[in-house]
Amino acid sequence: MAGADEKTSRRGFLGDGVRVAGAIALGGAAGFVGGRRGRNDEYVWQIEPDECVACDRCATCCVLDISAVKAVQCYLMCAMCDLCTGYFELSPISRDTGAENQLCPTGAIQRELVTEEAGVPRFEYHIQEPDCIGCGKCVKGCAMMNGSLYLQVRHDRCLNCNQCSIAIACPTQAFRRVPAGDPYLLKSKAREIVESAERRVERRE
Amino acid sequence: MLLFIVLAMAARAASAQDFLARPDVPGHPIPTTTFPEPRAGELEYLDVLALVAALALSSYFALARRSRRGLFLLAVASLAWFGFWREGCVCSIGSIQNVVLALFDPTYAVSLSIVAFFVFPLVFTLFFGRTFCAAVCPLGAVQELVAVRPVKVPAWLDHALGLLAYVYLGAAVLFAATGTAFVICEYDPFVAFFRLTGTVNMLVLGGSFLLVGVFVGRPYCRYFCPYGAVLRWLSRVSKWHVTIPPDECIKCRLCEDVCPYGAIREPTVEQSLAERGRGRRRLALLLLLVPILIAVGGCLGRFTAVPLSQMDPTVRLAERVGLEEAKKVEGTTDASDAFYNTGRPAMELYREAVARRQQFAYAGLWLGAWVGLVIGVKLVHLSLRRRRSEYLPDRASCISCGRCFWYCPGEHARLGLIQDT
Repeated sequence: MAGADEKTSRRGFLGDGVRVAGAIALGGAAGFVGGRRGRNDEYVWQIEPDECVACDRCATCCVLDISAVKAVQCYLMCAMCDLCTGYFELSPISRDTGAENQLCPTGAIQRELVTEEAGVPRFEYHIQEPDCIGCGKCVKGCAMMNGSLYLQVRHDRCLNCNQCSIAIACPTQAFRRVPAGDPYLLKSKAREIVESAERRVERRE
Repeated sequence: MLLFIVLAMAARAASAQDFLARPDVPGHPIPTTTFPEPRAGELEYLDVLALVAALALSSYFALARRSRRGLFLLAVASLAWFGFWREGCVCSIGSIQNVVLALFDPTYAVSLSIVAFFVFPLVFTLFFGRTFCAAVCPLGAVQELVAVRPVKVPAWLDHALGLLAYVYLGAAVLFAATGTAFVICEYDPFVAFFRLTGTVNMLVLGGSFLLVGVFVGRPYCRYFCPYGAVLRWLSRVSKWHVTIPPDECIKCRLCEDVCPYGAIREPTVEQSLAERGRGRRRLALLLLLVPILIAVGGCLGRFTAVPLSQMDPTVRLAERVGLEEAKKVEGTTDASDAFYNTGRPAMELYREAVARRQQFAYAGLWLGAWVGLVIGVKLVHLSLRRRRSEYLPDRASCISCGRCFWYCPGEHARLGLIQDT
C-alpha cells in the first residue's frame, strides 16, 4: 500500500524534523548558557563574615565528616590580647593553656607568646586547621572584642555541592555563591584596615 | 573574673569605635593567613565522561542487546559511582536549576560539566527513549533495586499523581529563576543515603520513599521527578524506543501485568461510530477548556504570591525585622541579629523585600498558569484516541528497564530457548 508507506514516511520525516529541531534547540540553549559564563568565573560557596553569627551549624551540617568550614585568623585585626575572649572560657580558672580554660573544644588554637610590653604579654593566636571543626565558639568569643576570628569555607576541602547543605541550614543569609577566582571574603572591618594602611603608604610616598 | 565579664560586655557595647589596634611589635612580622585555592575540576570532567559512557551502554543494553541483566548491573554501577562515590552531586535532575538560574541571572556562571549533565540525557532520550532513567540516574537506580513487590496503581491515581512532577518542575524553575533556593536539591530524598549523612527529616523522607518504593515502583521517578517530566515529553518523539517483543507481537497477553511502572498499553478495540463522535465532541470541549484552565490557574496563582515569597530569606527577614521594630515580638533571631550587625538601615531591607514580593506576584501568576496548562494538556491527552494493534510500552512512562523482555515468548525464541514455529 503506497498510501500507508507514504504516511509512515511522512510521519517519520516529521519526527526526524522534530528531533533535529529539538537537538538544535538543546545545543543552542547549552551554548547560550555555556557561552554566557564567558569571562565570569564559576561559583563556589563562601560565608559572608559580616552576616555570620557563628551559630555552630557549620560544624554539623556539612556533608563532610569534618566540616569544610574552619575558623580563620585575620592577623591584622587581632589585638594580641593576653586575655583573649576567643581563646579563653568566659571565666578561665587561670590564664594558661590548660584545656579547662580554653573555649575551643578540640584545642585547635595555638597561643604563641610574641613579646612583653611593660609587663603586658602579647600573644599571637594561630588556628591549627586540621584540628578545627568549624564550630565557631572562638568566633563568637572573639566577636566580643575585635572579631579577628571568623569562619570561612576552606576550598581545599569543600566539595562544592550544587546546593550546600550548610547553606540550607544557615539561619542568616551568610552563605552565598562567590566567583571561584576570588573565593574568600574579608570582614568589612578588615577591608577598612587594609585600605587605611594602603592610604598611609601612599601618603608616605 | 567579674571584671573580665564586665570588660567583655563593655567591649561588645562599644563595638567598632573601641577597636583595639594591633600593637606594633618590632622584629615580628604580621603572619599571613593562607587561603587554599578551590579544588581542580578534573573529577567533574571524568563524571561527564562516565555519564556519556553510561548513557551509551544503557541505550545499547536496552535497545540492541535487550539485556535486563546488563541494565541491572549498569544501574548498580551508576548507583555506586554517581550515588555513593560522587555523593549524588551533581546530578541531571538538579542541573535544571543551574541552567534556569544561568538563563535568568546573567552574572551567574554555570559550570560546563553541569550543562553537560543537563543536556546529554535529554539528547539521548530524544533518540533512544528514557535509557537515562533505566540505568544511569542514581536516584532511579536505588528505586529500581528496591522495587521487589510492585502493585498496580489504578490508572486514575497514576495519572493524577503524575501531574505532581510537572507542578514540582514549575516550582523548581520558579525558585531557581528568582534565585530563592534550589528546592530540588534541598528536597532530594536519596542524597542523604548517598552521603551517609543528613538531617533527620531528609532521612525519614528518603526512607519512606524507599519503603513505598518496595510496593509502588519508582515513586519518585513517576510522581515527583521534575527532570523525568521533561524526559517524558522527549521520549514521546524519540527516534527509537524499546519494544516488548524483539520482532512481532503475537498478542499472547503474557506481558500485560508485568510492568512495575504501569507503562504497558494493551491493543485498543475498535470504537463504534457513536463512541467516536462522543470522543470527538469531548476532545473539542477539552481543547476549549485548556485556555480557560490556564486563565483560572493564573488568577489563582496570584494568591500564591505571598506564601511563595515566604520561601525567600529576604522576605522572611524583612517580616521578622518589621515585627521586632514594631515591638510585636520579643527577642531576636539569628537572622535579625546578623542583620543588625551589618548596620544596614531597615528601610533598605523593606524595599528589597517589597521588590521580591512583586517578583513573586508575577512568578505566582506563571506558576498558576503552568499548573492550569498541565491539567488541561493531561485532560486532552487522556481523551485522544489512539490505535494500537499490539502491546506497546507507553513511550512517556516507560523507563526502558527491560523487565518485560523476559515475559515475551518472542524473546525466548530469539534467545533460542524455545522453538519458533
